[in-house]
Amino acid sequence: MLLSNSVLSSSVHFSEKINSVINAPIFAAAGDDNTFHGPTINEFFPEIVLFEGTPFAMNRIMIIRLISVLAIVVLFWLGTRRMKIVPGRGQSIIEMGLDFVRVNIAEDLLGKKDGKRFLPIITTIFFMVLFMNITGIIPFMNIAGTSVIGVPLVLALVAYVTFIYAGVKKHPGAFFKNALFPPGVPKFLYIIVTPIELVSTFVLRPITLTLRLLMNMVVGHLLLVLFFGATWFFFFNADGIFKAFGVGTLAFGFVFTLFEILVAVLQAYVFALLTTVYIQLALAEEH
Amino acid sequence: MIHALVRAAAEGEASPNPLIPELYDIVWSSVCFIIILVAFWKVFLPKMQKMLDERSAAIEGNIAKADEAQRDAEAALEQYTAQLADARQEAAAIRDQARVDGQRILAELKEQAATDAARITQSAQAQIEAERQAAVVSLRNEVGSLAIDLASGVIGESLSDDARATAVVDRFLADLEASEASNQAEKA
Repeated sequence: MLLSNSVLSSSVHFSEKINSVINAPIFAAAGDDNTFHGPTINEFFPEIVLFEGTPFAMNRIMIIRLISVLAIVVLFWLGTRRMKIVPGRGQSIIEMGLDFVRVNIAEDLLGKKDGKRFLPIITTIFFMVLFMNITGIIPFMNIAGTSVIGVPLVLALVAYVTFIYAGVKKHPGAFFKNALFPPGVPKFLYIIVTPIELVSTFVLRPITLTLRLLMNMVVGHLLLVLFFGATWFFFFNADGIFKAFGVGTLAFGFVFTLFEILVAVLQAYVFALLTTVYIQLALAEEH
Repeated sequence: MIHALVRAAAEGEASPNPLIPELYDIVWSSVCFIIILVAFWKVFLPKMQKMLDERSAAIEGNIAKADEAQRDAEAALEQYTAQLADARQEAAAIRDQARVDGQRILAELKEQAATDAARITQSAQAQIEAERQAAVVSLRNEVGSLAIDLASGVIGESLSDDARATAVVDRFLADLEASEASNQAEKA
């Protein structure tokens, strides 16, 4: 109890410190090794290693994303290469993953027919987010592919385009009217309702999708770096009794690593689920 | 933390803004998305769908097969039941026939026995009657001769004397016994 209290207070102390480090205009990352360095925003902008200056410039995180893509393709290629009617162990796991998206997300919300129509988009979003999230806790990668705004933004735009497409296709000419001027509402209320609907449906949805995923991954990474950085500092740079704090920060780092696994799965689920909900709302819009 | 990031981002050129995407970031994100989308859309999900269709077809096929087996079994059971009923009926018929036959045989035997008994009784009675007739005839003969013998004896002797009378009777009886013995000796 005493130990965890002191660890808590020390982690609070370092949280303040990290804030001050982040707020500082210049990061003394390459300073002397006897002081503690918190993680900085530069973590998410590692140096460019290939094609610098072109639109295909590549840094460590882009490479991690491509490894995730490769992992998805290889895993599902192996899993669906020879599918049997009576599944083996490997096929069962792949089926479980695909069925989770198909049954629990797509068909549950959209029904069999529309669920099948939008299944490729929803499945792609789920597994892309999941695999790129999970790299945040894989040793030697240690950063999520989704912790830079590109992937969350692109996927949010995909979701945005998809639900507008679904609505326009289902109710040609009436989708935007129904979305902005909901039927059954007294006319004078449109003064209030229409701006609210405009902002919530067509502005906030993609923004919240992007920021929810991005910030979860950014903060998760910063927390892990903070805990393991502090552990390193306590073990090798601190004196005497302070070395013991390292045990506490290490334990916290371990717990938060487990927590990050949960967050990775949960955010993938939430992103896929919200995309599906938006599609469902667009399809169900009243005439 | 978010405020810190945003503020840090806003503070100058030195730190990149995490909310403003770099061009290469967007490019690579799109490339990743398109690769995964095409892979799922054109390869993995169709394969999965095909397998699911095959699986449901197989399940339906098995159910149909099971139905057919069930129907066959029910037909066989019905057939066996019918055969069993036939056999029972046949057994009952045979039993009835046997009973009827038995009764008939019994009646015949009884009738025959009664006939035999009547016949035996009749012949016995006839024999008895014949013997009685013979006895009557022989008795009549013997009684006649006996009476004549006795009368001649009584007449041949004086019957005033008791001793004589007694002697006559004794002699008669002795003659009677002797004649009887001689009769028997003649018969023998």
